[in-house]
This record gives sequence, structure tokens and C-alpha cells, in this order.
Amino acid sequence: MSELGQQLLLIADDELVLGWRNSEWTGIAPFLEEDVAFSSIAQNEIGHARALYELAARELGTTADELAFDREPDQYRCSRLVELRLVPDWARTIARHVLYEQADEQRLRELMGSDDSELAGLAAKIDREEAYHRMHAQMWHERLNDERRYVEALEELRPLVDERGEHLPEFAQLWEEMTMVRRSVVGATW
Amino acid sequence: MVTAERVWEALAEIPDPEIPVISLVDLGVVRDVAVQDGRVRVEFTPTFLGCPALEVMRDQMAAKVRELGAEPEIRVITDDSWSTDRITPEGREKLRESGFAPPTPRGTGAPQLVQLQRGVFRCPYCGSTETELENIFGPTACRSLRYCKSCRQPFEQFKTI
Repeated sequence: MSELGQQLLLIADDELVLGWRNSEWTGIAPFLEEDVAFSSIAQNEIGHARALYELAARELGTTADELAFDREPDQYRCSRLVELRLVPDWARTIARHVLYEQADEQRLRELMGSDDSELAGLAAKIDREEAYHRMHAQMWHERLNDERRYVEALEELRPLVDERGEHLPEFAQLWEEMTMVRRSVVGATW
Repeated sequence: MVTAERVWEALAEIPDPEIPVISLVDLGVVRDVAVQDGRVRVEFTPTFLGCPALEVMRDQMAAKVRELGAEPEIRVITDDSWSTDRITPEGREKLRESGFAPPTPRGTGAPQLVQLQRGVFRCPYCGSTETELENIFGPTACRSLRYCKSCRQPFEQFKTI
């Protein structure tokens, strides 16, 4: 597999799985504004995953749907940070949100400087949307910054940002749900 | 014989699926139309990549081109060459009339939280800038929610991207 294809897959997996986890707050967030916010952020992340899978698919000679939903669990390269099932823990959810947006910003900045103009353009488009996720994360960080539970969550989760490889146990159930349609209806498309 | 001008006119009849007061052309998402040998290539950029209306827009544009007797090729451009600055003046007026505050001009960098928290955003109902941020996110990815302290009306603010 090409190096670019690998790199795109890793980012797309992060965005897809985080989008999935964020959507678990839909309907049960602490208040209505956050129901809307987390649902919207989830939708954006999954949209980014799709665009990244499409680019990776061209590189790898396959389709976005196959990359997103037809791989075995051990082929997903997402970070352990995004795999965690955090509902109903709001402090840890916000800590993940803040840590992820920081790491993602760095990564996007590098991609925006890529020699591949298509990738650089997509990264810049994604970054424009992520600016709003970062503002949301910043707003919550300012609110919770002196809460012990939140500070502890940041410390606990920080090492997971770059931890990849063997999945956390809860990834299995996420994979089951996420790939269910493709496994039950052959050829179903996004 | 189909001309690019005729295609632009036809595309201008398609309302945005989520904000139907504005057409796809007024929204500025149609980037280019090229006609060659009975084939029409339309380039367009989604406002947000996760926009669920993307497929609907693509199908509607293809249908319009077929109505003109040409074969459509709809290309989705996913770079950052589109910004909300491309919404036409007519489009902005239509948004305002329907209670959506049009996006503010995009600066050199990304918008910042302090800017959103300031009261420079104008209420589409009474014109006051005494407005406050209620939620960065709204009913669709492209909108935020604000509240006008002057006329006590909540309203939707098109995000600047």
C-alpha cells in the first residue's frame, strides 16, 4: 500500500470513528445545544472521513465504501483516543474533543502544505470546517478548566492520542454496528 | 444547441435543498459550466463536506442538464476555493428576508471564538447588532444560532467559511 494511501486511511479512520462516537450523544447530551453541537460535529467528521476515503480509494484502486465498511477490525488504524466509548461521561468527552482538535489541527496544517494539490486543497477545506469544532472545544475548555474531573480526564486521555495498533475492547462493538448494513446488504452504498 | 448561458439559467432554478429561498447559483456553489459536443460539465463545491444535501444537489443538477437535452457530468470539487464570500448579493438579500443572517466576510485567517461572541452580527429582523451567540452549531452544518437582545428574536446566522 502506498505511503499516501496509508496516511489518508489513518486520518479517515480517526474521523469516521470519532464521528461515530460523537453521534452517540445525539438525543442524550446534557442540554439541547450540545445535542445539536455534537450531532453537527459528528456529521462533519463523517463527511471528512468520506472525502478522505475517496481520495485514498483512488490511490488504492478501491471505493470509499469498501475502505470504510468492508475491512476487518484489525485493519482499522484509528487512534485509541477515538475508540473510547465515553457516554455518559461529559468531562472525558470534552477532554477527548479538546485533545483531538489540537492534534487534528497540527495534522491538517502539515497536509495543507502537501505537494499533492488535491490533498492540500481538501485539507484546507476540512480545516475551514474544523475551525468551528476548535471554537466549540475552546469554549468548553474555558468552562471546565478548573474542574478536577476535567483536568484528570485530560491527563488520562492525553497518552492515547498517538496510540494505535491493538484496539480497545469497545472497538469490537462499534465495528459490529458500523459495518452491519454492508455486511447484511451486499453492495449497499454510502 | 445547449449553451453554457442556458445551463446557468437552468441551474439558477434549483433551490438549495435545506434553505430553499436561495438557489444553488446564488449560493455560489456552482463553480463552472463547460459545454462540449452535447456534454455539459458542471463543477460544484459543497458548502460543508458532510452536507447531507450533496447527493440531492448533484441529482437535481444532472436532471436539469438532461432536460436541456445534454449529457451531464457533475464534478464535485473539494478544495478550499469556495468560501461564503461567493454567495451573491441577491442571495444575501434573499437569506436576510427569510430570517437568515448572511455570512460576514471572511478575513485572512479562520474565524475566532471571540469574534463570534462579539455583538457585531446583525439581526436579520430588526437590524440591531445587539446580538449574542447561542450555539456555534444549528439545524444544519452551515448555520449558527444567535439571539437578538433588541427585538428578542432568536435567529440563524450563516457561518463564515
